Amino acid sequence: MIQFIVHDEDDSVGVVTVEGLKANDTLSGWIMDQDVLIDIKINQDIPIGHKLAIKDLNEDDTVIKYGVDIGRTISKIAVGDHLHVHNVKTKRW
Amino acid sequence: MINLDQKIYGYRRDNNRVGIRNYVVILPVDDISNAACEAVSNNIKGTIALPHPYGRLQFGEDLDLHFRTMIGTGANPNVAAVVVIGIEPGWTQKIVDGIAATGKPVQGFSIEKKGDIQTIADASKAAYDMVHYASGLQREECDISELWVSTKCGESDTTSGFGSNPTVGNAFDKLYEKDSTLLFGETSEITGGEHLVKARCANDAVADQFMFMFNRYQDMIERFKTDDLSDSQPTKGNIEGGLTTIEEKALGNIQKIGKKCVVDGVLDKAEMPTGKGLWFMDSSSAAAEMVTLCAASGYVAHLFPTGQGNIIGNPILPVIKVCANPRTVRTMSEHVDVDVTALLKRDINLDQAGDMLLESLIHTSNGRMTAAEILGHQEFVLTRLYESA
Repeated sequence: MIQFIVHDEDDSVGVVTVEGLKANDTLSGWIMDQDVLIDIKINQDIPIGHKLAIKDLNEDDTVIKYGVDIGRTISKIAVGDHLHVHNVKTKRW
Repeated sequence: MINLDQKIYGYRRDNNRVGIRNYVVILPVDDISNAACEAVSNNIKGTIALPHPYGRLQFGEDLDLHFRTMIGTGANPNVAAVVVIGIEPGWTQKIVDGIAATGKPVQGFSIEKKGDIQTIADASKAAYDMVHYASGLQREECDISELWVSTKCGESDTTSGFGSNPTVGNAFDKLYEKDSTLLFGETSEITGGEHLVKARCANDAVADQFMFMFNRYQDMIERFKTDDLSDSQPTKGNIEGGLTTIEEKALGNIQKIGKKCVVDGVLDKAEMPTGKGLWFMDSSSAAAEMVTLCAASGYVAHLFPTGQGNIIGNPILPVIKVCANPRTVRTMSEHVDVDVTALLKRDINLDQAGDMLLESLIHTSNGRMTAAEILGHQEFVLTRLYESA
């Protein structure tokens, strides 16, 4: 079963598409554009719709989703980390 | 694959536009005429009053927008006939004249020198005749391409970007091939993806107009903002749903214009398109404001993807909800017209999801009520540009 989806293999993030996932679960993901599957172990509980990092990111890195810049990191983020407003901010406004 | 050459059954108006609903509207010019309009609507069954809080002491572009919205709402092909009530005859007549250009029955009443009670009696008699007229009209065969279809998403989350928004995009691509008249907007929610929309514009002139509208909105936000807007854009609901930044939200939003549609023209708020194709309308990203503007621009059906479950409707424009979030479909099923959660499980592909939405558009056009219509959602929300004089 697909538990997270990635738009493009060059993206930094995937999105959890099922409920109830817990830290240390290993998830099966689907990269839509390339139509390939990947597995990633998550480091925290991640709610449905929220993002996990699929690449290691440093502080002040650009986060890529849909192949496009969606903001900047404000701390270091490891593969499998929950990535959201606590560690990523807009570059606009 | 859905057959878009099949006919739908709509109401052909005198100006040859096609409507899919047949309302007799009681339209207040201003806030203080709401009570009379609601009284007429209460007296005469089969009418609908559209109360709103504005229409006094507006000026300049803001007043122009008020008139465009009022006239456009009355002129919408989903409306068969209109009673207009205002406090005084001048602005009332201006709105009556604007609506009358469509050829549909419209009559204006003003309250000064008569009072509410006499006005309500006179307007009720006119409304009575209009209901007789409207209820005698028959649906007739029309082409799907004659429907003007708008889109706007709400309470988006990450499933919107994967599922419900690309579903609308797929439907838009198919309608576009059939020479339909389509619309998208939400100027602030293109922030971060403006280069993608610009690249989709038909030519440099359209691209320049789009960037003018985009930059005008950005300037307004920069002028009034007190922080990075992280409490309102993305909304609390967006953030709960996993959207982190305006850029991420915008990239999901833009999925609604599909992969093939070209942006053929740009409109200011509540302006009417002058030809077929996909139009961008400068507009608020707040759902009820934007959908009200779509109705005022003459659109007769609306495709509304939601993630966390925006429940909006409109009094004259049927709003079809499409959702890909399994939690929302499970907990709020009465608000969802088209369930595309199977997309995220790889059980259906985008082409099938687009067809499901188009199927719902056809049913809705033929008279089937949407979730929002059945639940009585009639949000009529006017956009204001600035304070009154």
